[in-house]
Amino acid sequence: MTFQIIWFILWGILWAVYFMLDGFVLGAGMLHRFLGRNDVERRVIINTFGPVWDGNEVWLVTAGGATFAAFPTTYALMFSYLYTALLLLLFALIVRGVCFEFRGKLEGDRWKGLWDSAIMVSSFLPALLFGVAFGNIFQGLPMDAAGYHGSFLSLLNPFGLLTGALFVLLFLVHGSLYLTVKTEGELSARALAAANRFWPVLLIVAAVFLVAASPATRLDDNYLSFPLLLVVPLFAVASLVMIRISTARGKLLTAFAASCCTIVLVVATGLVGLFPSLIPSVIDPIYNLTIYNSSSSEYTLKIMTAVALVFVPIVIAYKIWVYRVFRAKITLQDVMEDEHSY
Amino acid sequence: MDVVALSRLQFAVTSMFHFIFVPLTLGLSIMVAIMETRYVRTGNELYLAMAKFWGKLFLINFALGVVTGITLEFQFGMNWAEYSRYVGDIFGAPLAIVATLAFFLESVFIGVWIFGWNKVSKKMHAVAIWIVALASNLSALWILLANGWMQHPVGFVLRNGRAEMVDFMAMITNPYGLLKFAHTVVSGYVVAAFFVLGISSWHLLRNSRPDFFKVSFRMGAVFGLLSIFLVLLTGDFHAVEVAKTQPAKFAAMESVWETKAGAGMNLLTIPDPAQERNAVEAVTIPKLLSYLAYHQPDAEVKGLKEFPKEDRPPVLPVFLSFRAMVGMGFFMTLLTFLAVFVSWRGTVEKHTLLLRILLYSIPVPYIANQLGWIVAEVGRQPWIVYGVLKTSDAVSTSISVAQVTGSLIGFTLLYGLLGFVDIFLLVKYARKGPDGDLSALIQAARKEV
Ligand code: HDD
Ligand code: HEM
Ligand code: HEM
Repeated sequence: MTFQIIWFILWGILWAVYFMLDGFVLGAGMLHRFLGRNDVERRVIINTFGPVWDGNEVWLVTAGGATFAAFPTTYALMFSYLYTALLLLLFALIVRGVCFEFRGKLEGDRWKGLWDSAIMVSSFLPALLFGVAFGNIFQGLPMDAAGYHGSFLSLLNPFGLLTGALFVLLFLVHGSLYLTVKTEGELSARALAAANRFWPVLLIVAAVFLVAASPATRLDDNYLSFPLLLVVPLFAVASLVMIRISTARGKLLTAFAASCCTIVLVVATGLVGLFPSLIPSVIDPIYNLTIYNSSSSEYTLKIMTAVALVFVPIVIAYKIWVYRVFRAKITLQDVMEDEHSY
Repeated sequence: MDVVALSRLQFAVTSMFHFIFVPLTLGLSIMVAIMETRYVRTGNELYLAMAKFWGKLFLINFALGVVTGITLEFQFGMNWAEYSRYVGDIFGAPLAIVATLAFFLESVFIGVWIFGWNKVSKKMHAVAIWIVALASNLSALWILLANGWMQHPVGFVLRNGRAEMVDFMAMITNPYGLLKFAHTVVSGYVVAAFFVLGISSWHLLRNSRPDFFKVSFRMGAVFGLLSIFLVLLTGDFHAVEVAKTQPAKFAAMESVWETKAGAGMNLLTIPDPAQERNAVEAVTIPKLLSYLAYHQPDAEVKGLKEFPKEDRPPVLPVFLSFRAMVGMGFFMTLLTFLAVFVSWRGTVEKHTLLLRILLYSIPVPYIANQLGWIVAEVGRQPWIVYGVLKTSDAVSTSISVAQVTGSLIGFTLLYGLLGFVDIFLLVKYARKGPDGDLSALIQAARKEV
């Protein structure tokens, strides 16, 4: 049924856009204590994403809601099997969400220092945990007719951790580039230096990931059957390289765009390999959760498709408008003069 | 406790915590939008100062509303996997729709509102807060349609071992859900009105910035009186709907044990669930209960004994919560009426007793809101989807007691801590009052009035 395929694609787009948008907030959050040397600089960093972080996070809420509506069995099993990992993720997202609002509400170094540390930890954890979760989904979960046979610790296997490291590094590069573009002077230069320092590490981890994926997962099945699909990972690598070429040439906006593409294509690489499974089983493929055995009825999928086709373009339109309204660089002056900034 | 009991407790803790912040968002967004619109219309900067002061409190509250919502969205899958699998085909849709339609609007335009003071035109800035207000209320609509479906499931068939949607329109026009929406959002407006009234009273009692807070007080009073009237009205219709669709819950709300036509209403009732009767029934108003339940004085009201024991909700919490909610409703009607009266007479600051009562009444609508949810959710037990799925069959099978105990403790500690900080900041900024020197503005406002 074609609606199941449509929803697999939409599902992938929601995750990819979420990682692309929240990725730079998470990355900037991990770095803000190190790149911002004093309170004003740190406020500049927070204010670069201040107007947009919440809207970016809603892509995650939508991805969750779409999983529920389109693939309820996957939603049910994935969320209950990964209970502890998701719990940690929730705690981190909860803390991160209040940090920005609370930090500036009282003066005092200890108060602000506390929230600065909280921002760092609560930005790092989601990046890592999303990576670990997707790494394990790529490998497949130990599940059969009797249910789930893994635990939180079994998620922390080498390939899971490798994917975690990949996500963390992707977001670190992405976040530094975002800050490079959105700030000025010394802060911007420092962010660029950070991006260039993380980039080679990312390249190595990405290479190891690609090599390790073949023995660790069955992602290569689809690629072997349809070699044309290999353009997806190839473009992913190309845009990864493009990042460094652009920074070397001083084309910072292009570098950030390339980093957006990299994230989207990395997610696409994984999902193309996964199709038509949503969560494979490592025990036996007959227990795979696929778009065919875990989806909603055709009626529901049709209604959801109509909703998505009408409203997602509207959402994208006003999001673009907002990014344009707030396109200016954030300066030290801005945050010192504006009583409304974070 | 087993996984079911722990998961229920965790759902109650996390959703009730979410609902501490939600009602204020629903109401205060509208009040701030009205303030800012007045500023744009009249150019009077007093209204701008009001929008900024109340807006700051709104944002401190909003932050926790947002982060606690994400928990709920995940929790259906984490703790209620069997439920999600069984009804996801129909229940997942409104949850996905609420994100696409409402949460995006809300989160994007709140950013415009916070950071856009110098970036967009005055008009556009006011439009932004209107969009936030509209989107919050829209999100409530979809969430409550989802919850309304659990209370009164419609538009589905049991097929392929699950509930499948066959009629989307039936779900979004479910009278139960729409009534729930109406009753719940206006209850949120009451919370906002009492919040504004109470904080204004605190300042008026101290004679700090009286002109600023008199204007705020008047607005809170009028908004509150209108809203509480709507709460009572929608509540009455809601009760009729409950009596029709969930007679066991209605019987528990009123602690009625025997089925009776033309039933009277006892103002004083002391239930005795062990003996399946009421220990005390006094001050009976004849036929009132039948009238309230069916809007007909001689209608038959079903008693709890009509239902097998295992299908009855726990009587005491439902009964007591309902009584207290209704009682608070009448209490708040009286208060807002007095507030409008003294505000109209222009003698607000003389009525220190009323001001003091209003200050200490800030928690009352909050409590009434929580009690309302206890009536609705505990009263639905033992069903998670009324008449379709039992709560005990809905829980995840793959999670352990240790996991849920850990998460419950974690949520309680984290929420406790964040709630404490949030209330601390709210109190601090509420006390601080509006920024800047207002005497010039107040002069201008005087002239205008
Ligand atoms: C009557 C209203 C109402 C009710 C019953 C609920 N919510 Fe809520 N929710 C809101 C009204 C609301 C709101 C007013 O729209 C919030 C509060 C503050 C805010 O930012 O939006 C919100 C925020 C909010 C968010 C964060 C959105 C963002 O990131 O901006 C999520 C994910 C949820 N909610 C999900 C839920 C779920 C799954 C619920 C069911 C158990 C639920 N809410 C009950
Ligand atoms: C935010 C407002 C809400 C509050 C304060 C609230 C309150 C509660 C409470 C007190 C319980 C525990 C009842 C018991 O176990 O005896 C509960 C259970 C539950 N509620 Fe709600 N609820 C809210 C909104 C919702 C909504 C909107 C939904 C669905 C869309 C929902 C779905 C559930 C589920 C799945 C359970 C767990 C099963 C159960 O114990 O019944 N709740 N809620
Ligand atoms: C005459 C007064 C009132 C009546 C007759 C009334 C009626 C009801 C009824 C019958 C329910 C249960 C609905 C269900 O089981 O699904 C309910 C729930 C609720 N009530 Fe009230 N109510 C009154 C006053 C109030 C007040 C003053 C508030 C708060 C300011 C309030 C807030 C709520 C909330 C938040 C709920 C849960 C959501 C819902 O089910 O709609 N109510 N009310």
